[in-house]
Amino acid sequence: MATPVTTATLDLAARFPGAVSADARPGYKGWIVEKDKLIEVSTAIRDEFGYDHLTAVTGVDYLPEGKMEVVYHAFKTTGGPVLTFKVQVPRVDPVEVPSVTPVWPGAEFQEREAWDLLGIKFTNHPDLRRILLWEGFEGHPLRKDWKEAFYEEDAKPFKSRWPEGKHVMAEEKNPFKDNINFPKDFDPEQWVPEGEAALYGALARYQVQEGSLKTDHIVINMGPQHPSTHGVFRAAVTVDGETVVSLKPVMGYLHRNHDKIGERNTFLQNMPFTDRLDYFNSMSNNFGYAVAVEKLMNIQVAERAEYIRVIMAELSRIQNHLVFIGMLGNDLGMMYTPALYAFEERELILDIFEAVAGSRMMCNYYRFGGVVRDLPEGVLEKIKGLVFERLPGKADELDRMLTENEVFVARMKGIKVINAEDAIRYSITGPVLRAAGVPYDIRRADPYSIYDRFDFDIPTRPNGDLMDNYLLRLDEIRQSLRILQQAIKQIPEGPVMTGKPQYQVRVPAGESYGRVESPKGELAFYVVSNGKPNPFRYHVRPASFVNITALEKMCVGTKIADFIAILGVIDIVLGELDR
Amino acid sequence: MDNEQLNSPGYDIPDELKNVVSITTLDRLYNWGRRSSVWPLMFGLACCAIEMIAAQASRYDMARFGMEVMRPTPRQADMMLVSGTVTKKMVPLIVRLYNQMPEPKYVVAMGACASGGGPFKEGYNVVAGIDKFLPVDVYIPGCPPTPQALIHGMIKLQEKIDKESLSKVRWYDRKKEDSVYIPVPVLGPDLMDPRRFAEIKAIAAAKEG
Repeated sequence: MATPVTTATLDLAARFPGAVSADARPGYKGWIVEKDKLIEVSTAIRDEFGYDHLTAVTGVDYLPEGKMEVVYHAFKTTGGPVLTFKVQVPRVDPVEVPSVTPVWPGAEFQEREAWDLLGIKFTNHPDLRRILLWEGFEGHPLRKDWKEAFYEEDAKPFKSRWPEGKHVMAEEKNPFKDNINFPKDFDPEQWVPEGEAALYGALARYQVQEGSLKTDHIVINMGPQHPSTHGVFRAAVTVDGETVVSLKPVMGYLHRNHDKIGERNTFLQNMPFTDRLDYFNSMSNNFGYAVAVEKLMNIQVAERAEYIRVIMAELSRIQNHLVFIGMLGNDLGMMYTPALYAFEERELILDIFEAVAGSRMMCNYYRFGGVVRDLPEGVLEKIKGLVFERLPGKADELDRMLTENEVFVARMKGIKVINAEDAIRYSITGPVLRAAGVPYDIRRADPYSIYDRFDFDIPTRPNGDLMDNYLLRLDEIRQSLRILQQAIKQIPEGPVMTGKPQYQVRVPAGESYGRVESPKGELAFYVVSNGKPNPFRYHVRPASFVNITALEKMCVGTKIADFIAILGVIDIVLGELDR
Repeated sequence: MDNEQLNSPGYDIPDELKNVVSITTLDRLYNWGRRSSVWPLMFGLACCAIEMIAAQASRYDMARFGMEVMRPTPRQADMMLVSGTVTKKMVPLIVRLYNQMPEPKYVVAMGACASGGGPFKEGYNVVAGIDKFLPVDVYIPGCPPTPQALIHGMIKLQEKIDKESLSKVRWYDRKKEDSVYIPVPVLGPDLMDPRRFAEIKAIAAAKEG
């Protein structure tokens, strides 16, 4: 188990005089680094200060100040609080910032996302292409002066809905009568699509080896409609025979503009949108967003609500891992049988969600300062029955059915996913990191809510192969059951909300980075408020998206059939990956 | 004509043929075959796909209605279940999949997003409903629709199939060669529907600024 390291007072400004200064804006923390010194300072942060895990990279467009800011959040894998550092550049095109991929390769996709949505050019980036949108898209949508086709006002509630209360279809206001917008004098007949030359160009080139057989590589395109890609994920793969030589993931087929819609919404209106991020675990998503905004509002959560939150989040983790095991079976060709076992138990957990929140999947249950309503009568008894009697037995049943199944073992044992060192470099979090042997779990490393009150282990596995990833999920189900059993015994009576329920919450100006251990890894929300009812910047750091950065690293050298299994154990979910 | 009338033709049926021969119309036989083996295309777009899987799985078991055979290739599918948000980046592929499906084919829009954009309608990358491109037979409301709602929608589709007539369905119309080919949209500065090229050009020319 990782012991929390006592952090020595970290003074970057003293270490780099002139290059680093403390962020003095009210409500902000961290350090502002000069653009030219970024790589030098980053290397020192990683090597001297031990912040080996860069989890989030994102940008903020401070239009009123005429600045663009790139925000980095770094952690130690041994535990401890966040180190935030920022780079500020004038908002004049081209907005250029050096890429930190030489220091932390895990930043690659997040920098691509910042380029795509904010138009921040990262110099020295190995493969700077658009990631969520397509090449040729007009503009960078998260810039504050960019307006979508259905633009009405900067912030909700829109005046046409309230107080005027006259609703007009969004199509009526747009000259094209649809959700599209084109520059003046645009002629679609003359348009030459960029195509996918950039994507296929990024794949490794084939070189004939001296004295070897004259073979050729084949480029295979998998997805977005493919039964094994867990949704609309796509990958372009070059194979030599059956061995993967090069691989580029393509995403954005479910990009639902979460960040942009989130900046128009009020703080509370974002809660139901977070449900639709990782749609298996709406409870965990609510948790992350609530933690982030509560940090900013600086309020305490009602005691009973804390327990209810933990109970719901852990139930959510159990059903996620059950489905994971079932779907992994599907990916490996054990069509449906394990999945049917998994879904049987999942339905029982969804019944509880439906009873407390009113919806099976999109729970929208957490509020700032508590949860929306108390547990209905009889639900606690039901949960008790599940976690003390039914689920432990069912976890053992899955274990007996699969763990020693010869075909299952033959497909999984010894197929390396990633080793510990690379996993940390690539910013991987969650079960994939722990299966590689790193005991890093935010519930223990940087405790939030009331996780410090429970007695549970952080399971790890030594080999980091497919089998370990599967076994780790079983371990985690058992640990979650342990937490649940304690929480049910300890849960107190009392109110489930601090203060009165509010339609419009007051959030002081400042920034906050709230993170939770979602079943897929670190789910974090970076929220910037300027004191208005809407977040100025609302960014989601999803686990799936960052974990997929290392996909090429994981897959090169394995067989194409194993690529499916590796994608399966990363446990991506597209709602969260594309947002 | 209902079953009662069909089976009382007005003349004597020999005893040995009673309960052996059944008389029906060609339409009814054809519709019965179609409605009992609707094979959905195996593809999920978003959250709704999870409820679609749940509807196939242990508790709800859609196999009871002859719809459990999900085909991963459009060439073998009869029905496209658009289960989730349709984005601009995805819609060219959905239209291509639809064009690749052999007729007769049906489209079901599952959930608020596929029906009309849902909570994400205002997003810059979201198509406000798949019916802007494909002819939709059944809309299922919900976000996401529960498995019960999905099954109800499927039963509605079966009822629609029951009422079809061979002489009227569009896929046996000799006048039209390829009755439902949808031109594939193109990704430009924004999503471009080839059917609207002239209109887009005219409006863009008239635009201010």
